[in-house]
Amino acid sequence: MNSNLLVIIAASAVFYGTPILFAALGELITERSGVLNLGVEGMMLIGAVTGVWASQHVPGTSWFVVLASIVIGATAGGLVAALHAFLVITLRTNQTVSGLAITIFAGGLGLSSYFANVWNVAAKPASHPIRVLDVAGLADTPIIGPILFHQTILTYFSWLLVVVCTIYLFHTRIGMQLRAVGESPQTADAMGINVVKYRYIHTIIGGILAGVGGVYYSLAIVPTWVDGMTKGAGWIAIALVIFGFWRPDLTLAGAYLFGAMQSLSLTLKARNVHINGDILDALPFVMTIVVLVAVSSGWAHKRIGAPAALGQPYEREER
Amino acid sequence: MISGRRRAWLAFAIVGALVLAACGGTDSATEVVEETTDTVAVTDTTPAAAAEPFTLANFTPMEGAEVVNCAPPAGEPIKAAWIYIGPINDGGWTQAHHEGLKAVQAALGDQVITTYKENIPEGPQAVQTIDQLVADGNTIIFANSYGYQDAFVEGAAKYPDVCFEHMTGYKISRNLSQSFGAGEDGKYLSGIAAGGDTKNGKIGVVAPFPIPEVIRGINAFALGARSVNPSATIQIVWTNTWFDPALERKAAESLIAAGVDTLAAFQDSPATGEAAKVAGLGWAGYGADQNANFPDIWLNATIYQWAVYEVPRVKAALEGRWIAGDYYGNLGDGFIKMSSIGKRVSADTVAKIAEASARLAAASGSMFTGPIKGQDGTEKIAAGVTASHGEQMGMFYLVEGIIGDLPKG
Repeated sequence: MNSNLLVIIAASAVFYGTPILFAALGELITERSGVLNLGVEGMMLIGAVTGVWASQHVPGTSWFVVLASIVIGATAGGLVAALHAFLVITLRTNQTVSGLAITIFAGGLGLSSYFANVWNVAAKPASHPIRVLDVAGLADTPIIGPILFHQTILTYFSWLLVVVCTIYLFHTRIGMQLRAVGESPQTADAMGINVVKYRYIHTIIGGILAGVGGVYYSLAIVPTWVDGMTKGAGWIAIALVIFGFWRPDLTLAGAYLFGAMQSLSLTLKARNVHINGDILDALPFVMTIVVLVAVSSGWAHKRIGAPAALGQPYEREER
Repeated sequence: MISGRRRAWLAFAIVGALVLAACGGTDSATEVVEETTDTVAVTDTTPAAAAEPFTLANFTPMEGAEVVNCAPPAGEPIKAAWIYIGPINDGGWTQAHHEGLKAVQAALGDQVITTYKENIPEGPQAVQTIDQLVADGNTIIFANSYGYQDAFVEGAAKYPDVCFEHMTGYKISRNLSQSFGAGEDGKYLSGIAAGGDTKNGKIGVVAPFPIPEVIRGINAFALGARSVNPSATIQIVWTNTWFDPALERKAAESLIAAGVDTLAAFQDSPATGEAAKVAGLGWAGYGADQNANFPDIWLNATIYQWAVYEVPRVKAALEGRWIAGDYYGNLGDGFIKMSSIGKRVSADTVAKIAEASARLAAASGSMFTGPIKGQDGTEKIAAGVTASHGEQMGMFYLVEGIIGDLPKG
């Protein structure tokens, strides 16, 4: 039963959707504060390369090294996000320009590739990859075993994160204030909320989660460093935030749906099912376009929760 | 508080620096590799008036080839450039080309200045890259992907005094050469390893694009596998990418889920190996020796030794003896090399690989000797006939035993 086509596709969707989910959750939190971060791809790659480096150089037991690699990759992503925060919050640079500059600077050919050369991380695989765990011996449970209980520690953590983010955003005072900052920073400021502080913190959290997504690529999917290995996952994450209407639960669904679409195409090809692969390959992108069109309608706009001040620098009246 | 105007300048400076830093990264000229012990001395670099045209085994000069003088002024080093489709540490294709660049640098020492541009998209940007490299004074330019061919045809017409070296294509002109090698020889040997490894007779191949070069290689692989395991089937999945680690691993997993118990990948990253490792299945790679990183599952791989071609070519350009033509290296001249063979490959299979290797070294491409049937059982190559080089280059059918489609038309 566990080799059932749908089970295989679902398990694969969760495994490959996880890094995108991390990056998308990070972007969601950042955007909720009114900051658009187009540097996700660059932050993921920086996270990925520092994660491999840590895996090769941190001494200790396997568990400790894996944990340290995740923390170090996350920190690296957070540092790059701090640069973005400084540019767009303190210096009030155009957020699109800063984000793109960071993806170019840190991305496939920039800093991540430079670090890889200097540290020579590509020469050998990551010493302590993140392996899938069989939770409480449940991996052989029919159907749900391979889908839910045969994943990496980061996948379980991502589920926790979805719950935490949902509670934080919609059921805590700080979360409400964060949304206020994203909706109307003037009002939030008048209420006594420190807009700059909120935006800094949540931009950096976004970078940290992008870094974790990157580590997943370089330690869980292919435990080795290859230049540009995230292959545009950061951009998919940004699209997923819109796709998920700025809600963590829907973002999770979107990430897994995206993963499933790609797996469906490959799985059918591997079984020599005669289908038009091009149409299947294009499906996730077609779906994204459909959602974007739907979202842009006036009706949807009132209901889906795009932060009203997204992308706008906040400048208190200084005169 | 930083004032408005200062803030604007600071922001401008930081964003500008970021972009410049990133662009600077792409243009990285290689550091000169000093390998004094291994330097091949080039005694006379002055272009002689009646220079001998270039010759090399497996190099066919074009009809009416004339010497193109892309030599630098006497006493100066030649500037040689490489345009890469991927990153230099991709663990496969581009990395192998970069080894060629390093070998040229090591062999010619201070007589050459090498430069490379990595991750250059095929299309208009390739033309711009050529313009830039020529403006920088490069007089011999290599490129390592089929999709650069038209840009190179354009460049060769525009810059008649620059020697253009395109790889894996077929268009040749006065100052445009082509080079590649019989990867199919190596893939045949990988096929033998995979055929010997499989228990259930089902082999999976993660494949890039359905183009003749790849199809020829998969056919050779299938013939190799079935030469030792006549009932073996080869299931292919087209990924339509040369390089996408996550997608490659997914494709490999979908093949494992479909029941194959031995894998091969003709792509640039070790992602298929990762999937094979998790499942404990044998894996034949491509372009890089991954034996050390995947000791338990490693079978073997085809390795391209670009230095075999590039070192004498740059030397010829330096000496003013460069002519256009078509190079097709093989196991015989060392352009194609078999990687180390993994420990899981049985002694019997190792012996069969060695035997076939010797046979192909003497007669490259001879695995395409009939009778060979297509997927549908019709005869493609008649008994006793060996497909000509031209027929092999244009191969657009899959042989018997392969499961998978080719695009129509």
